[in-house]
Amino acid sequence: MSKRLFALLAALVIASMALGACGPAAYECTDAIGCVDIAPGEPIHIAYAMVISGPDETLGIDSRTGVEVAVALKGQVLGHDVQLTGEDEGCSAEGGQAAGTKLAADPTLVAVIGTSCSSAARVAVPLLSQAGFVIISASNTAPDLTRAGDPNNFPGYLRTAHNDEVQGAAAARFAFEKMGVTKAATIHDGSLYAESLQAVFAKTFQELGGEITSQEAVDPNATDFKSVLTSIAAGGPEFIYHPIFVKAGSLIINQAKQVPGLETVYLMGADGMFSPDVPEGAGEAVEGAFVSSPDLAAFSADYQTTFLPKYKELAGVEDPVSIFHAHAFDAANMIFAAIEKVAVQDADGTLHIGRQALRDAMYATANYPGLTGNLTCTPTGDCADPKIAVYEYHAGQYPPERIWP
Amino acid sequence: MLRTWRQRITVTDVVVWTIGLAIAVMVIYGSAKTLALGKYNAVTWIDLSITGLALGGVYALIALGYTLVYGILRMINFAHSEVFMSGPFTAAFAADALIALGWWNKYPILSLLLVALVAVVVSATIAVLLERIAYRPLRSAPRLVPLITAIGASFFLQYTFRGLYGSGLKGYPDMELLKGFWMLGSIRIFKTQAIVIIGAVVLMLILYAIVQKTKMGKAMRSVSEDKEVAALMGIDVDKTIAYTFALGGTAAGLAGILYLLLFPQAHFYMGFIPGLKAFTAAVLGGIGNVPGAFLGAMVLGLLESVGPSLFLDGMGIPAPYQLKDAIAFTILVFILIFRPSGILGERLAQTKA
Repeated sequence: MSKRLFALLAALVIASMALGACGPAAYECTDAIGCVDIAPGEPIHIAYAMVISGPDETLGIDSRTGVEVAVALKGQVLGHDVQLTGEDEGCSAEGGQAAGTKLAADPTLVAVIGTSCSSAARVAVPLLSQAGFVIISASNTAPDLTRAGDPNNFPGYLRTAHNDEVQGAAAARFAFEKMGVTKAATIHDGSLYAESLQAVFAKTFQELGGEITSQEAVDPNATDFKSVLTSIAAGGPEFIYHPIFVKAGSLIINQAKQVPGLETVYLMGADGMFSPDVPEGAGEAVEGAFVSSPDLAAFSADYQTTFLPKYKELAGVEDPVSIFHAHAFDAANMIFAAIEKVAVQDADGTLHIGRQALRDAMYATANYPGLTGNLTCTPTGDCADPKIAVYEYHAGQYPPERIWP
Repeated sequence: MLRTWRQRITVTDVVVWTIGLAIAVMVIYGSAKTLALGKYNAVTWIDLSITGLALGGVYALIALGYTLVYGILRMINFAHSEVFMSGPFTAAFAADALIALGWWNKYPILSLLLVALVAVVVSATIAVLLERIAYRPLRSAPRLVPLITAIGASFFLQYTFRGLYGSGLKGYPDMELLKGFWMLGSIRIFKTQAIVIIGAVVLMLILYAIVQKTKMGKAMRSVSEDKEVAALMGIDVDKTIAYTFALGGTAAGLAGILYLLLFPQAHFYMGFIPGLKAFTAAVLGGIGNVPGAFLGAMVLGLLESVGPSLFLDGMGIPAPYQLKDAIAFTILVFILIFRPSGILGERLAQTKA
């Protein structure tokens, strides 16, 4: 027997004796999909999968800062630090695939906060769900992600963002009841988010008694929208709903009023366009453009007193750059609360977290006092306490003015 | 007779012709149905065409850079889209400075010229540096090497500018002088669109004249024919190539300013899609050929703008504008099936193709 092999055997024997010494106290994982063991002094590892580069990056960077605030304010969970790493999901299916594959390969991960965009979720969530993580998104709003029985609904997936069934319907009511329009057109960019929002809008608008003149789609990377707007103008809409992302959305605002027949049309985007880049990218044409968003005025008092000062300190900015930071903060804190509930701690401080137990604890969240409201999760993972407001942009101003309800 | 004919035709030919025929039938059928439908009137079609021509004008100026460099080095300068991005992105900050000075609306023409100057200087400098640092050391390397270098240089420039100016959108300010529209009879044409179309045509003519009439242009053409012989004739090849890059960079910088008049937002990869389109336009027109680049760009611009409504609306396809690139590239395939070297490609000598 070689020396090295002997040394190895000896080490194994000593190790097993050391383990045996713990006797009956040794933890045995009985969780259906496995456990994460965290040795004393090791951090609890969570990750984000958000869009942190490219034209839509404000959405993800804003949420990431929300998570960082949660980690900073929380300090330690059961005596362990929290380690936050992450991947860029690029707000696209391709980005989601890459981020999901990378994160799923890391067995030390307990939970993933993300994705930023529903299109990325569609491919990233199956991978992360398979890996046994808890996945909680602060900004995915596409309805099918949490619809029971839907092929895009996966175990372990939850969200603190509102479901677009709520947002799209609110936008339709705003158009029909508040603005009094009866003819509307919609534009989406082929993303899951925009597609489902405009579908909900169109359905609700028609139920209210309005007419949808056209439902167009554009390429999110295109710059010329005059042609498609000219084509839309032929139907004579009074209202255009374009719940897409910042880059294309601000160009549509910029170009719409120049198209014959659309001089007085109302334009409305959704929460993906609540960003300082919209007045920057649309120029003076942004005056009067509407955008729906979670109602920032309905957030709890801690938002102003505790959260915002820390956010500004960590991000080094005057104002939050997007709107899902509070949702991300709540998502992170829900994970911490669930870990505290289910983790088993050895005498030496080693932490054992059952993956299925953690998921169950997340789904069982009820009346959790978050910044964004009282959060209660449904069995399919909708945890939001949705309050939607409509804001109006003014040229050169950010944030926009809250006008409804 | 029939036998030789049958021997000459391969399966590939038949497949390719079938595809070509199918595209032609769909285009004609779709157009006829749309026109019969009467959803759009003549003014709408003219509006769409003007949009397409303005877009084509911008593509043409960018395509010039691809085509000149291809003509002289036989390489695709994929970093050209970043040359296009660098100038106008910088110029957007110059515009801010002019607003702060109060010059923007007080001296609009001077301001525009200053902004254009900034864009041209930055773009041309980047183009020349790119040639000097990334391409010249590799000039005798196999053709694929500078191509890969160009892709690397493209990423390098994108992320350098991302580091310099941040990754957000940079708005380009509106100018009082350019707001509103002119009426040509019953046709409404936006001032920005008119200026872009006229500007692009005039600049193309000037740049074409530089290539055709000046001494340096003559040197460029001779280097493009044969580098060794040109060098023997006393032409400084390095200088001529640097000059070509500078000319392409100048055109790209000016294209960028016109582009920002149409779509007033700059960001660090604003060059990618227009660059790809301009490259396509250059191939469509016959790469290496300056009038071809112009023609190809105008055709591409018009196809993107008019195509979806004209070809697809009549067939009842929902949301046709999502397919505008698919249409443009399908037509590109169609043209290249019948004219493999592009619309004006026959002027290429055998040695160049």
